[in-house]
Amino acid sequence: MAPPANRRSGFSRRAQYTTFFSYSAGVIGAVVGLVLLVVAIVNPSAFAVLRGAAADVTEPAAQASAGGRSATKDFFGEVSGFFKTGSEHARLERELAEAKVRLAEAQATKDENRRLKQLLDLRSDDVQPVAYARLVGSTGASTRRFATLGAGADRGVAKGMPIRSPLGLVGRVLEVGASSSRVLLITDTESLVPVRRARDGVSAFAQGQGDGTIRIRLVNLGLNPLRPGDVMVTTGSGGLYRPGTPMAVVTKLLRDGAIARVLSNPSDTDYVTVEKAWAPAPPPPAEARPGSE
Amino acid sequence: MPLLSRTESVVRQRINRRPSRVLASSLPWLSIMLGSVAPGWLLIASAPVLPPLGFLMFLAWRQLRPGLMPIWAGLPLGLFDDLFSGQPFGTAVMLWSICAICLEVIEARLPWRNFLTEWLVAIGLIIAYIVLCLGISNIAGAAAPLRVIVPQVVISVLSYPLVGRFVALIDRLRLTPFMVLR
Repeated sequence: MAPPANRRSGFSRRAQYTTFFSYSAGVIGAVVGLVLLVVAIVNPSAFAVLRGAAADVTEPAAQASAGGRSATKDFFGEVSGFFKTGSEHARLERELAEAKVRLAEAQATKDENRRLKQLLDLRSDDVQPVAYARLVGSTGASTRRFATLGAGADRGVAKGMPIRSPLGLVGRVLEVGASSSRVLLITDTESLVPVRRARDGVSAFAQGQGDGTIRIRLVNLGLNPLRPGDVMVTTGSGGLYRPGTPMAVVTKLLRDGAIARVLSNPSDTDYVTVEKAWAPAPPPPAEARPGSE
Repeated sequence: MPLLSRTESVVRQRINRRPSRVLASSLPWLSIMLGSVAPGWLLIASAPVLPPLGFLMFLAWRQLRPGLMPIWAGLPLGLFDDLFSGQPFGTAVMLWSICAICLEVIEARLPWRNFLTEWLVAIGLIIAYIVLCLGISNIAGAAAPLRVIVPQVVISVLSYPLVGRFVALIDRLRLTPFMVLR
């Protein structure tokens, strides 16, 4: 292909200056980008307001596309169900998957109950969800795993609230806009969740790997007690995630932990539940009051 | 009879037409902005699998029509992309500006081009962009290994000619003469 003819500045002084200034503007653009980047790295929430406003503006379109997405998924699910063994089979499989998770959850609850009964002050915590909403978008082209939730401050969502689906933990709220909010998914490499094995409470940390799997790191190093198929649930320590929320199932063993698959795959999740943060931040240590303890 | 004569006047006039100036100048910008937003809507991804469509469109427009957008176009378009991409704010501003300058320099050195050279140049820029994005987000707090982006690099490189086709389609639409000259 021949080069375009009008790109030479030639002897025209004006054209030469135009070229020079456009290059300078390009370099200035790069420098501005670098400055913004440094600000964003030093203070990650510096541009949260801008991002929130942008997400709010595009939220209706994102809702529409989310509707289309779930409709397409349903359509393909129906067709594939028909070709495999019929839609009945698909439904039963789904129910079985949910039942397995429920079973793990029940085991975790049983374990939790046993532990709580050892303490005397049993306290009953009621699970009142803050909101039901759709995950309307995500950062599919970035190595970070953020999603956009179709509910914001208008529906009572606040920073730090855990997000879950019927199948398990999805993530937590990172930034809140007016009608949308930004969610850190548990598969992001910055997400670190304290977990334990549902069966007997072997404690570990679950960190995202950025590729859809989760790395389980055991707290007590030594003989690796994990087995493929073990369900990991949240412990509740740290006060963010409610204890006993199912999270991942171990697929591959490593020397000091395991690789796990997320139970609630965000791409299959239509509606999610926003819950209150399990425990409020602990109050500052009280000064030595006479009479207390 | 009056009905017939009216339909004849509606028939497309074939000469003395020009493209809409607003459309011709705004479509490149709008299509790139749409490309920035679209990957987020396609699916809730649990791994980086979608190509950075905004960047691919930016590249394709610059290669198809060098000089159509100013060199500093990376500044506003990158700002818009940063709002939705999930990268630390400023990544796209910096990388898109540098990419535009690189393309201008390459174009000055290699004025004669064909499909293969353009694709090779684009492959180099796409791989550099995705790897640098990973590096920048790792500096800003993530810890993703390099193997995470391999599928994304492959998909982006292979889909670039398609994006180029799409941009060429928009370019034809952009220059379709439909405004009647007075």
